[in-house]
Amino acid sequence: MADDFLLPDIEDPTSAPFWAGTGRGELTVQACGSCGRWRMPPRPMCPHCRSLEVEWVPTSGRATVWSFVIAHPPLLPAYAEFAPYNVITVMLDDDPRIRFVGNLVSGPDGSIGEIDATTIVIGEPVEVVFTRIDDVTLPRWVRRS
Amino acid sequence: MASPQAAKSIRGSTAIVGIGQTAFGKGLVDTELSLACQAVSLALDDAGIAPAEIDGLASFTLEHDREVDLARNVGLGDITWFSQVGYGGGAACGVVGQAAMAVATGQANVVVAWRARKRADPASRPWAQVGGRLAGNHQWTRPFGLLRPVDEIAMLTRRYMHEFGATRDHLANVALAFRKHANANPNAAMHDKILTRDQYLAARWISEPLCLFDNCLETDGALAVVITSAERARDLATTPAYIHAFAQGIPPQHQTMTNYFNEDPLRGPAWACASRLWRNAEVTPADVKVAQLYDAFSPLIPLSLEGYGFCERGEGGPFTDNGNLEWPDGGLPTNTAGGGMSEAYVHGFNLVIEGVRQIRGTSTSQVDGADVSLVTSGEGVPTSALLLTVDA
Ligand SMILES: [Zn+2]
Repeated sequence: MADDFLLPDIEDPTSAPFWAGTGRGELTVQACGSCGRWRMPPRPMCPHCRSLEVEWVPTSGRATVWSFVIAHPPLLPAYAEFAPYNVITVMLDDDPRIRFVGNLVSGPDGSIGEIDATTIVIGEPVEVVFTRIDDVTLPRWVRRS
Repeated sequence: MASPQAAKSIRGSTAIVGIGQTAFGKGLVDTELSLACQAVSLALDDAGIAPAEIDGLASFTLEHDREVDLARNVGLGDITWFSQVGYGGGAACGVVGQAAMAVATGQANVVVAWRARKRADPASRPWAQVGGRLAGNHQWTRPFGLLRPVDEIAMLTRRYMHEFGATRDHLANVALAFRKHANANPNAAMHDKILTRDQYLAARWISEPLCLFDNCLETDGALAVVITSAERARDLATTPAYIHAFAQGIPPQHQTMTNYFNEDPLRGPAWACASRLWRNAEVTPADVKVAQLYDAFSPLIPLSLEGYGFCERGEGGPFTDNGNLEWPDGGLPTNTAGGGMSEAYVHGFNLVIEGVRQIRGTSTSQVDGADVSLVTSGEGVPTSALLLTVDA
């Protein structure tokens, strides 16, 4: 059951604003409050200017596939029932240095194993959708033409 | 002519003078602590050094057996230096290199470095542990099913193949070379198991683009080495493997294992480590006669070949062609006891011991004139490397 997926601690102080964003249906990214550079994963200090000032800014939610794997057993039981399934890394159109790991699905409620693995290609355009599991909203990705 | 910087390096001032290892296998009966004590005891006997002489201990942060327990079993005297190195597979050369630094700086006279592991212990397989919510780096990858180390490296591998044109045939070259070396090594877990290219290509997937034979083994076992000064080494019966250079490496903006979030994820820790290693050495990659490259997964070999300067960036795949990694005819015989993929996976500590054997002239795939022997630890994690030489 997807209910048994490993889920993030949405109260982790560094990343809570990200998970609050997905809960609202927004893909946000941490930006430096001083120099404005984006960073992912979030962290307390800006590696460019050492500012501790942080803001969370909305993104376009549009990206391309940077890489992907197709996972086969042995896997944790909650995931094994969907195997073989894809895990993709995407890079944002807004800033290709900003990447997210997720799954390619047909829609918000699609299974992580439903896309024909042989059709996934690096560079294909995708956009974010949101899947609610328990109290967490995970960003996932659908194809865009 | 020594440069001012060279004067400060530890080059040639220490040596590995003792090696010891238990049997490798699945489900060994002895406890991890017992295995550690056996390996250390064998290494001391190999060196001809009494337990009372040991005054330094070096191990992995992953090690379950504590210094105090080892000391009480083996009967060590006053320990004046002890330390651990983190990051699992990245640690082995760091453990030995830091021990060498302790000897070179007078913090200890004789150091034992060791690694013991029983895979049957669930604590040794962190990815299989569930419970609680994910914090830190794992929250960005594991919810989506990127669960195991093999998944994390498969993501980099697919990108590497895409950017540079590496193929499954290149990865097969790696797996087949190491298996051939294991077939010659009676202590290797895969000594009796032949691997063909057809078997490789027909194997089940684990995490595409990686199949079963792209993965290291799961092994119980323990290994230890004894490090002392070059001066003391000359009084001992064994052939010293001098520690010519040692380095550790973390590149900018590196995230261990899931290093997907910076501008150039395929320029991994090997590059940072290599820059210091070669700067502190009097030799170059062209002088290396034999290499032990950390191989938890086959794609780490082309990445390491590039990082340590054996070929240009992106040429690590073709470098493996035409049996180039195979003893005796390849240009760079690599993992000559079988490595993590075919001898034993003990977080790369077996690579250190095989690097020493090549200097001693006692490998089962012995390279003629192996006077410079490279050993590396895990690529994809904060890492380390050692250059061992016949001459101080
Ligand atoms: Zn800044």
